[in-house]
Amino acid sequence: MTDTPTRTEPADWATDQEVRWCPGCGDYSILTAMRMLMPELEVDREKTVFISGIGCAARFPYYMNTYGMHGIHGRAPAIATGLAMARPDLDIWVIGGDGDMMSIGGNHLIHALRRNVNLKILLFNNMIYGLTKGQFSPTSEVGKVTKSSPMGSLDAPFNPVSVALGAEASFVARTHDMDRQHMMEMFRRAHEHKGASIVEVFQNCNVFNDGAFEGITKKQNRDGNLISLEQGKPIKFGADGEFGVVVENGGAKVVSVADVGEDALLVHDETKPDPSTAFMLSRLSRGPFEPTPIGVFRAIERIEYATSSTAQLAMAQNDKGSGDLSSLLRSRGTWQV
Amino acid sequence: MTDTAPRELPLQELDEVIIRFAGDSGDGMQLTGDQFTSISAALGNDLATLPEFPAEIRAPQGTLAGVSAFQVRISDFAITTPGDAPTVLVAMNPAALKAQLKNLVQGGAIIVNTDAFNERNLEKAGYESDPLEDGTLDGYRSYPVPMSQITRDAVAVHGVKPRDAERSKNFFALGLISWMYTRPVDPTIEFINTKFRGKELVIKANEAAFHAGYNFGETAELFESHYEIKPAELPSGEYTNVNGNTALAWGCAAAGQLARLPIFLGSYPITPASDILHDLSELKHFGIRTFQAEDEIAAVASAVGAAFGGALAFTTTSGPGVALKGEGMGLAVSLELPLIVIDIQRGGPSTGLPTKPEQADLMMAMYGRHSESPMPIIAPRSPADCFNAAIEACRIALRYRTPVMLLSDGYLATSSEPWLLPDVDSLPDIGVDFHTGFNGTNEDGEGIFLPYLRDPETLARPWAIPGTPDLMHRIGGIEKEDGTGNISYDPENHQKMVDLRAAKIEAVDVPDVEVAGDTDADFCMLGWGSTWGAIDAAVDRLQQAGKKAAHVHLTHLNPLPKNLEEVLSKFETVICPEMNDGQLVNLIRAKYLLDIKPVNKMNGVPFTTAEIESAALQAMEAS
Ligand SMILES: Cc1ncc(C[n+]2csc(CCOP(=O)(O)OP(=O)(O)O)c2C)c(N)n1
Ligand code: SF4
Ligand SMILES: [Mg+2]
Repeated sequence: MTDTPTRTEPADWATDQEVRWCPGCGDYSILTAMRMLMPELEVDREKTVFISGIGCAARFPYYMNTYGMHGIHGRAPAIATGLAMARPDLDIWVIGGDGDMMSIGGNHLIHALRRNVNLKILLFNNMIYGLTKGQFSPTSEVGKVTKSSPMGSLDAPFNPVSVALGAEASFVARTHDMDRQHMMEMFRRAHEHKGASIVEVFQNCNVFNDGAFEGITKKQNRDGNLISLEQGKPIKFGADGEFGVVVENGGAKVVSVADVGEDALLVHDETKPDPSTAFMLSRLSRGPFEPTPIGVFRAIERIEYATSSTAQLAMAQNDKGSGDLSSLLRSRGTWQV
Repeated sequence: MTDTAPRELPLQELDEVIIRFAGDSGDGMQLTGDQFTSISAALGNDLATLPEFPAEIRAPQGTLAGVSAFQVRISDFAITTPGDAPTVLVAMNPAALKAQLKNLVQGGAIIVNTDAFNERNLEKAGYESDPLEDGTLDGYRSYPVPMSQITRDAVAVHGVKPRDAERSKNFFALGLISWMYTRPVDPTIEFINTKFRGKELVIKANEAAFHAGYNFGETAELFESHYEIKPAELPSGEYTNVNGNTALAWGCAAAGQLARLPIFLGSYPITPASDILHDLSELKHFGIRTFQAEDEIAAVASAVGAAFGGALAFTTTSGPGVALKGEGMGLAVSLELPLIVIDIQRGGPSTGLPTKPEQADLMMAMYGRHSESPMPIIAPRSPADCFNAAIEACRIALRYRTPVMLLSDGYLATSSEPWLLPDVDSLPDIGVDFHTGFNGTNEDGEGIFLPYLRDPETLARPWAIPGTPDLMHRIGGIEKEDGTGNISYDPENHQKMVDLRAAKIEAVDVPDVEVAGDTDADFCMLGWGSTWGAIDAAVDRLQQAGKKAAHVHLTHLNPLPKNLEEVLSKFETVICPEMNDGQLVNLIRAKYLLDIKPVNKMNGVPFTTAEIESAALQAMEAS
């Protein structure tokens, strides 16, 4: 292609709209990571689109100087699918919260993933309904006390990474709002991926669910509770790499490296066609209070949806020639009066 | 061929015949009816068809629930309906006879497959005694024919297994009816050869069955005469036979070319709308992308996304699907993007009567979204008119950047009529330009893009699609500031935007209504959508009876034609036949304070001409 995108600065990606999240909200750091990443991706602002549903997270498009649509609650993956099919030339990001994408829009999310539509889906998981002022969400823990669950929530939560893997997603990653570099790296990987990519971002809602991820993201807890997945490397964590992950009895398990030896550790391979190991890793942690993997769980190549759709159009044109209206109207036989 | 010399039977001329083919859903009655229609069309008759499908795909064989029927009316004069009641019934089994006999005119002809009238089938149909013998058919002309047996004998020579042989009995029936109404043989033989290409045995069997049926008529000494129906006097030109759903799909494809835009269809299967999805899925070489979504919400949402990207976007469904699309349509109203929502109305509420028509979604189309969320509404009047309606809906959607509702129904969807093909070059150009440059300046005098700055004439906002340099902008369902499109919760701005959205739709250019029938009558019938044919035919009958009647028919239901109030006010009495409980009547009364009278029918069957005629006579008497 001829025109290389003009070099941009993070500021070029900001709009003149005042950012209206609560002071201290994790969404700010995600926005910053995104604005900082964009120049590095060397993409055009006019070719970039942010589509969102409804929720605090879903305000994101208003703050990016690109094309954008703030849609309706839960439907962003479906809106984006239509756009991606009509315009395979665009770079489309989908933004939504855990309620938006796991509850009301859960159906659209899994179908966008299984179809492998070329979308970069960022799920801001704060384990709460922020915009509607603090009801439990489909990722909230059992027993969560909120205004709509004064005696504790009865609902068993979804694990978004497990759901995505179950939905045949070809790229699945997780990151958190306390680590800009890691967020930028995950978003970059999502962008590189052809097909549907989903990144779960642990995001702190300091108003309705403050500290939900502290158990793993606070500086002093990171070493012991954040497991950074790295391609081709044995899965290890801890201040001195003293803990590791092994596969045992059909599941992943945290062990002390000293006990099992380096060689027994699971070597991370995000490219495995079979999602079982990635799924085991997603089940390693029951919540953000014990060792939890972040990074790329899965990154496999699978035919992209709009590409296939375009190929079918080309094939049909090849077989039948470009559509001719006059012959279409005569295609079921005619007679003369 | 037969050895018996053909008998010389008298040839009687008829001006029309209404035949209903009825059998088990596995008996191929739709195919038989379709083929009879095609031959008659080629002979130059005017015609109209009305298929009737069971709601279940394969209801238990031989039961009333499994009866599938196809009515075709052929005539030597111009007609607008498939006829009130058949004059000929072809019944392939007892269930078909039981289900259909009540529709037949008194003295009508019944051709029955006597082989199917065994004890088991009689029981399944709920007959306690054999209707062929117990006097049930008194008052009709009945022609018992052992169709299964003759078919088996005829195809046996080709080595077809007896069990498979019987499958050809619908071609036997077609052969017999073709003889009765002096239809040519060759077109059907050609049809069989194309339809079953590659299946030699099936071709042989069907050909043999067809010939056997034809020869049976000639030789069986059962029939007193056969009939001829001369060609109708129709405007000259090239015709095709088309049903409403296909005409709609073709209209969508045409609109894409007339607007020079790629087409996107987001749809979720539902009777009776699925065929539009099927037809458009076949047209990929027109650059049409179809997306079978996970549900109707995704279907409309994907269409909104595609429209944002610059496609001519459609979503097709029936009533229950429209209910699910409500929020998505509201988004399109707020985003002011072009979108065409096609509703093939069926009986409701809930699942209701999936294969039967109603016109009861008018209020939903008008008001079925939260808040003030106006959408233009278009309704085709006949199967072929669906083509024009699709183009008109697209024209309005594009010109005014608005979602448009197109209301067809299950009757239009599946019934067919001859269509004088339009000259493709004479179709309107409905293209609009994407916006590509700044349309405002900021305080520093720099160019900026205002996504909600309206065209003063149409009030439409600029359509600037992603990929356009410098015009990056964000739109959304939250209320927007007039002009900039920025989020605004300002009370005055909201009032202004509500008013603007309403004014834009109210000002959509809609042609004036014309008065058909007697323009100087005191009495008028107001209709919309698929009641057109029956009302039109009723006007003819009233005129023949020396009464004066006018007919006003609406294609545009929102906004209503500007001259409608004036036109309707001139009549002393106006009745409005609708397949609902008075929805258009309510709209007209509310808007114009005109006391028009409802004539309602909600039994899943379209109005007959006689019903409308008698409602008209009653209303005339009462006034
Ligand atoms: C159809 C519909 N139902 C309900 C709502 C109300 N609503 C808005 S956002 C939201 C949930 C927000 O939670 P989440 O998606 O997790 O986003 P967050 O605010 O936490 O970022 C709800 C229930 C709505 N806008 N639309
Ligand atoms: S409510 Fe929570 S998620 Fe929403 S803006 Fe405030 S802090 Fe952020
Ligand atoms: Mg949330």
